[in-house]
Amino acid sequence: MGPESAAPVPAALPVLDGWFTLDARAPHLLGSRCKSCGTFYFPKLTTFCRNPACAGESFEEVPLSRSGRLWSYTNACYQPPEPYVAAQPYRPFAIAAVELKKERMIVLGPVVRGVGVEALHVGMDMELALEPLDDGRLSWKWKPAR
Amino acid sequence: MTKEIAILGVGMHPWGKWGRNFVEYGVAAARAALADAGVDWRDVQFVSGAATMRCGYPGYVAGATFAQALGWQGAQVNTSYAACASGSQALAAARSKILAGECAVALAVGADTTPKGFLAPQKGERPDDPDWVRFRLGISNPAYFALYARRRMALYGDTPEDFAQVKVKNAEHGVANPNARYRKKFTAADVAASAMVADPLRLMEICATSDGGAAIVVSSLEYARRAGKADAPRIAAISTVTPTFASEVVEMPDLATDSAVAAEPQRFRGALPRKAYEEAGIGPEDVDLAEVYDLSTALELDWMEDLQLCARGDAARLLREGATRVGGRIPVNPSGGLACFGEAVPAQALAQVCELSWQLRGQAGARQVEGARVGITANQGLFGHGSSVIVKR
Ligand SMILES: [Zn+2]
Repeated sequence: MGPESAAPVPAALPVLDGWFTLDARAPHLLGSRCKSCGTFYFPKLTTFCRNPACAGESFEEVPLSRSGRLWSYTNACYQPPEPYVAAQPYRPFAIAAVELKKERMIVLGPVVRGVGVEALHVGMDMELALEPLDDGRLSWKWKPAR
Repeated sequence: MTKEIAILGVGMHPWGKWGRNFVEYGVAAARAALADAGVDWRDVQFVSGAATMRCGYPGYVAGATFAQALGWQGAQVNTSYAACASGSQALAAARSKILAGECAVALAVGADTTPKGFLAPQKGERPDDPDWVRFRLGISNPAYFALYARRRMALYGDTPEDFAQVKVKNAEHGVANPNARYRKKFTAADVAASAMVADPLRLMEICATSDGGAAIVVSSLEYARRAGKADAPRIAAISTVTPTFASEVVEMPDLATDSAVAAEPQRFRGALPRKAYEEAGIGPEDVDLAEVYDLSTALELDWMEDLQLCARGDAARLLREGATRVGGRIPVNPSGGLACFGEAVPAQALAQVCELSWQLRGQAGARQVEGARVGITANQGLFGHGSSVIVKR
């Protein structure tokens, strides 16, 4: 694959190493999957499967579905405490809980800037995006699917 | 063989932001409970403390701390920590001792001193700790309550006005409760005028942290009979079950639910009272009142359904009909709930049982639920802890 067709890698450093891919066009959260029972984990689990019917200790890293249905949403009207780093003046942002169909799990994340709670409704399609937090570190965020 | 024990006496130190040592609140509550029970401190055979993690080493060994403050008298001692369920676990330890015949009368105590302002996470860079990560992303505690509240609006048609009515109702209940921290009536307009914290929840709909202490003297039924208290309220169930994999909702401080590809999702809040009903051999139709953990207004409605006081999605209808007010069919939080108390973690589950005891003895004054015979409590905290206690008379 030539460099012109490679996925663009954003310049910003990720807020957490290894939690998501850095493909700016179509990022994925990185989870793990139990090789015995197929249960997904986010964040990654690599020790003991938490399914009580499974004694699995072997896991593979897997990209999670990058789109899902909005399970619920809210916003942070007040500046969250540290370690959140806020630009001044503080600007509220929305928070989404998105249900991934294949993994049968709900994953939280901030919503991209410019999309407030008034633009969201439960059940709508959402997709994963990368966007810097206020301190410039790159994070996964949810945004309405195109 | 009956698994019941008697509640001989209950006592509380008023909730507030007093800024004094937690031991003071615990001892005041213990002395009040002993006086209420008519039991001499020196006759208590087992002291069961609920730990606090915010008050240093004396808090980790709360049972011994309270026993020493009351005066060492050679009792057996225990300390339990289970987040919001610490008080129930301390009570469960006392029940086990009594039912095993290892003691006849025991004292359970919990008390807390809380820091001023919001609870902040520990310092330092800890990417392996989900609690650190979610704060790093700006997802603080009210966000979780708001996600549950918004979900109710989408699924059941609940409105922000319904949530505000929970606050209005609980404020009305707590206004005459001498142990409550907030004793002021509020209108729906007052709630609507308070600042939005996490849409749809406003400042007045999210519970604060408080100082406070609660204590309960329990005994075998035989001891109660000999003490002339054969008709004292009885503890019929203490459920402290863990969740069952896979989790149905995102629990604080997690960033995701369990994946349910290999096991069906389970509702933790529903499991707690289910075990309590089973243990007591009664059903939700037998319940006269409930004290539930209203960390937010909307959460009280979730609890009503988890306690099976109504069908899933019907809680707001009951609220609108007035069924959950004192005087209604099934009063919820006659004490005023966390809305009027604020949360004093290790004391809160015991405070819920104190309220049921006063109610079942007909001593709750202006907030009395007429003819109450059976009450249930419910609470849930971090890391898979929660409890549900049934008291009957
Ligand atoms: Zn497994």
